[in-house]
Amino acid sequence: MTLHSFIQNATSPWMKNEGPDSDIVISSRVRLARNLEGITFPIIANEEELSPVPEKVEAHFAGHSHKRFGELSLIKMNDLTDNEKRILVEKHLISPNLSGKSKAGAVLLSEDESLSVMVNEEDHFRIQCLLPGFQLQEGLKYANDMDDWMEEKLDFAYDQRRGYLTSCPTNVGTGLRSSVMMHLPALVMTNQLNRILPAINQLGLVVRGIYGEGSEALGNLFQLSNQTTLGESESEIVEDLRSVVSQLVERERAAREQLLTQSTNIVEDRIYRSLGILSYSRRMESKEAMQRLSDIRLGIDTGIIKGIDAKILNELMVLTQPGFLQHYAGEALTAEQRDQRRATLIRERLTLEEHDGGVE
Amino acid sequence: MLCQECQEREATLHFTKIINGEKTEFHICDVCAKERGDYTPGSNSFSIHQLLSGLLDTAGQQKPSREIGAQQRAEKQCPSCGMTYRQFAEIGRFGCADCYESFDEKLDPVLRRIHGGNAQHTGKVPKRKGKDLHVYKQIEDLKQKLQQLIAEEEFEAAATTRDEIRSLEHSLKGKGGESS
Ligand SMILES: [Zn+2]
Ligand SMILES: [Zn+2]
Repeated sequence: MTLHSFIQNATSPWMKNEGPDSDIVISSRVRLARNLEGITFPIIANEEELSPVPEKVEAHFAGHSHKRFGELSLIKMNDLTDNEKRILVEKHLISPNLSGKSKAGAVLLSEDESLSVMVNEEDHFRIQCLLPGFQLQEGLKYANDMDDWMEEKLDFAYDQRRGYLTSCPTNVGTGLRSSVMMHLPALVMTNQLNRILPAINQLGLVVRGIYGEGSEALGNLFQLSNQTTLGESESEIVEDLRSVVSQLVERERAAREQLLTQSTNIVEDRIYRSLGILSYSRRMESKEAMQRLSDIRLGIDTGIIKGIDAKILNELMVLTQPGFLQHYAGEALTAEQRDQRRATLIRERLTLEEHDGGVE
Repeated sequence: MLCQECQEREATLHFTKIINGEKTEFHICDVCAKERGDYTPGSNSFSIHQLLSGLLDTAGQQKPSREIGAQQRAEKQCPSCGMTYRQFAEIGRFGCADCYESFDEKLDPVLRRIHGGNAQHTGKVPKRKGKDLHVYKQIEDLKQKLQQLIAEEEFEAAATTRDEIRSLEHSLKGKGGESS
């Protein structure tokens, strides 16, 4: 397999599209937690109790065509190898939690992978819509459509007073978690983000590193999401997040502007150093890779680096994860081997760009 | 208000622990919270479940109470899935949808704490089931009206109301058969 075709197969088709404000907002995601009436939640249910859940999904939705998402297919966790599961996690299509316990776990996926419904994760269903760039309202609309479609066939646990009933009390009500992944290198470099984050927390929003709870923000990537799910309507929750994100987008743009006019030489040096290191290194740890790639992306977005596609960050962020490296290598790799492979993959990717003038 | 740990800095985090139905308030500053590992500003490793099990803690370790009332409250159990309130408090997750009903009397303060003061859903109503909910509500109201009409010996109006209830119940049954 050539690297070109590997990238084509490995990245989600939706990643090829550029969304609004995609110089700063990498992706927008809307998730709805839903449960079936009369079936114990996955956290305490046994496999036998949970097996009707994927069966219902298979009967009503797999192989059927949805007006927005096209044909949907059901993938059962038990049918996947550990590495295949890992790849789904690295593509953000399933959670580590679902991959870890495959007790009747499954995922319903759209062809372009912008829609996934996790089955028997913490809740019976986690409907998730993932879109490129800043498209929270669209994400909500599509996830909502999917919810309506599923509700035509299934009885969701719902209570007039508490709304959609979920396993964790932090999701009850709307069951809605909306989030955006943002690339904020200039706010980090100018030390502004540290001051902004507490204010964002005050507004009831959560900021995390890219792999969710507890992980650190690698490569200046931050995920912002709503914390509360009760007492506000779905559109209000999304609007609150949208307005904070759009303010952050403005601030990041201003900070980039400021960096470029006041410290041009320093910024250029940093970006070109990272380009040099990525172009010639023989070993690359994932943490450094993310940081260097963040610099490259900033270089592309600010016009300092020309001739490299902006999608390189999104692609390599996914491709340099352990699951993909092993997939590309076709064998299990030690950490040492992965660092070597990672450096090679990045070098190849950068050269591919030079020869092709962009992967389309 | 000063932080209760260091008595130096202004407290920025305020939360309430409920132990055997008794409220204890905590006021801590960012620095002490960070040291305790519950909350790290910026990095946001703030674990909602850590806070939750603090909120929900009814295990009563701090108060080895022999009061039967308190014991019973702590042992409240969901008849559908068998989860006890104590287990719920430990893992911070409900075992089934009926747990919300089973632990209802304790939930308002917990939900308010998690959801910025809110304990009531104001969002989406599912289309199909939402219609049923509306009908159930109507039936409820009519049943009350029926009671009243009977008490007032308005038998003619009561008969009409009874027929209305029957036809609404019938429409629900028809739907139930269709969806199963
Ligand atoms: Zn203190
Ligand atoms: Zn229960």
